[in-house]
Amino acid sequence: MSQTPLLEVSKVNKRFGPVHVLHDVDLKMYPGTVTALIGDNGAGKSTLVKSIAGIHPIDSGTITFDGEAVTIDNPKDASALGIEVVYQDLALCENLDIVQNLFLGRELTERGLLDEKTMEQRTRETLASLSVRTIKSVRQRVSSLSGGQRQTVAIAKAVLWDSKVVILDEPTAALGVAQTEQVNKLVRRLAEKGIAVGLISHNMNDVIAVSDRVAVMYLGRMAADIEVTETTSNEQLVELITSGRSGDVGIQEEVNQ
Amino acid sequence: MNENATPNDAGFALTDFALDGAKVDFKTAISDRVSELRAGDLGSLPAILAIAVLVTIFGLVNPSSFLTLLNFANFLEQASGVIVIAMAVSFTLLLGEIDLAAGFTAGVSAAVLATRLQEWPLVPSVLLAATVAVILGTFTGYMVAKVGIPSFVVTLANVLLFQGILLLLVRDGGSVRISDPLVKGLVGGTLSPILSWLVSLVGLALYAYVMIRKQRNSHGAIPRSVAAIKVGAAAVALIVVTTMLNTNRAFGRAPEPIQGLPTVVPIIAIILFLLNVLLTRTKYGRHLYAVGGNPEAARRAGINVASLRLSAFAICGLLAGIGGAFLASRVNSVDPNTGANDTLLLAVGAAVIGGTSLFGGQGRMLNAVLGGFVLALIPNGLTLIGKQVLPLWGEIDFGSSGIKFICAGAALLIASSVDALSRSQGQVR
Ligand SMILES: Nc1ncnc2c1ncn2[C@@H]1O[C@H](COP(=O)(O)OP(=O)(O)O)[C@@H](O)[C@H]1O
Ligand SMILES: [Mg+2]
Repeated sequence: MSQTPLLEVSKVNKRFGPVHVLHDVDLKMYPGTVTALIGDNGAGKSTLVKSIAGIHPIDSGTITFDGEAVTIDNPKDASALGIEVVYQDLALCENLDIVQNLFLGRELTERGLLDEKTMEQRTRETLASLSVRTIKSVRQRVSSLSGGQRQTVAIAKAVLWDSKVVILDEPTAALGVAQTEQVNKLVRRLAEKGIAVGLISHNMNDVIAVSDRVAVMYLGRMAADIEVTETTSNEQLVELITSGRSGDVGIQEEVNQ
Repeated sequence: MNENATPNDAGFALTDFALDGAKVDFKTAISDRVSELRAGDLGSLPAILAIAVLVTIFGLVNPSSFLTLLNFANFLEQASGVIVIAMAVSFTLLLGEIDLAAGFTAGVSAAVLATRLQEWPLVPSVLLAATVAVILGTFTGYMVAKVGIPSFVVTLANVLLFQGILLLLVRDGGSVRISDPLVKGLVGGTLSPILSWLVSLVGLALYAYVMIRKQRNSHGAIPRSVAAIKVGAAAVALIVVTTMLNTNRAFGRAPEPIQGLPTVVPIIAIILFLLNVLLTRTKYGRHLYAVGGNPEAARRAGINVASLRLSAFAICGLLAGIGGAFLASRVNSVDPNTGANDTLLLAVGAAVIGGTSLFGGQGRMLNAVLGGFVLALIPNGLTLIGKQVLPLWGEIDFGSSGIKFICAGAALLIASSVDALSRSQGQVR
């Protein structure tokens, strides 16, 4: 992990009216690395991700991408940099098929008309590159897909555009055991493709199994940003989440909300 | 779930997308369609069944007047106005919105056309009428998309607003005659028999081209036999209909023969074709379905949802205006009732009966045509049945407005029940 981070946010603050949600938050994401983002409900994980994605532009602080300072004021800025977020609610159009969802908003055209053939082709290639084996036809409507398949489609949508940073917000929260396993493998595969992967999760076993680094948020602050090693334990992470510190790791001073 | 999937697993191409590569044969294609129907995806099947049932019933009850060439052509002309207004409303339905004032947009636009034609030449009159229709639609779209009022409320207010404008334009109880031959001929005019053949053959060629192209690009998902049957059926239908309509349908001693395709038929076909291309082959159309299906997903995909909503209402306005010209041309005049009364409900009903969902994101332009046929068949057939004496009941006038309203209302309720039920069935999966 001696590389330079691909995405680095530092001293980021975000308020919603009187509510100060993010306090001087730092986060680093490295290429080919899965960084888990954990924390209790309301800790500010989603807000941090939405700031990076341009949905809630930051109030103060800096965002550095590939060594250069950037401003992300809207979702377009984020996707132009190659930052894609897969939200908890997935945001797929159930009335459209897989190809249509993957290319939504960025459809390929030929002389003004949709180029369905190429889009179909690229959908198959993308799914194949993720070793997705459970989808029968790329022309299936999303309404006919299972939860895991939908998650896969949402992830494929993020990968399709040669994204450099992909952040997943609780991708396995609504899935059964087998489908969770499938999505965890998919997360590793993204990292193997050289993508800087962010993973919000409440499942500590998943976090330890899948990620290389863990960033822990506590009451809107970044309590810890540590590497996952053999000694990283479930209990340690839970302690960090609930009290913001564990031994000499974490926030040492008293924190008021 | 396949637990053996590992990164770089060789051979995935053999198992992935099994359906995409596989050649589908005729039997599979049929059984696929049947399972789609079972899953609640009924499409326009109910409308086609309704047309078949209605034609059979009216044909059996009253063959001598219902099953005549004159009535067939008359029926096509009766349906035309509602069909175009139904297409207009479909643009809002696809978004999950509604335009309750589309009928009055049609009326106002027709009134502008008729009054301008008293003084102006054709082209500027038509342009002004079209502009007014677009402005009314854009106004509605602005209120819905930018101000954020539910379309139901905005267009309910518009019903009064536009009706008021219509009354001011044609004056209470007044009526503006149309004497321009082109506008008069829009509905009621016919193509010469030779031109009729030319038009239907060109239409057939175009349809065959589109089908063949679709079949080629489907990688075997559409079997050749299915494409061939569709093209063949279209050919038979077009040849039969053109032959029928090219036969003189004038009453016994009419001084001049009435023959040829009613002008509305190719005009509606062209509108249908253009709107189909817009909806299924362009980014704009794709985004329209996306916003109707999940506006939040569309927004995150970078689609400007507000402008898209606004533009859809503008298109709705323009199409309603064209529908207004059809309504006016059928009676060669505009009065305060043009586009009023049941026009709007028939238009919404036509779209929904044809299979367009009231919940957004689902539907085709062809649905407006099929549903329009159903809703035009009901009054057409009932009028021809007229007064009858029923056992136990006594005399009943099937041609009365009461019976017609009840039948059209019932058809609309049945269609929206089918829509709601198939939707909940789709969600259970
Ligand atoms: N749009 C918003 N407006 C006001 N407060 C918000 C908004 N979004 C989040 N918050 C507040 O910010 C805090 C952090 O929320 P969130 O980022 O969703 O936490 P997490 O994802 O870690 O559960 C919460 O107290 C939440 O109520
Ligand atoms: Mg959250």
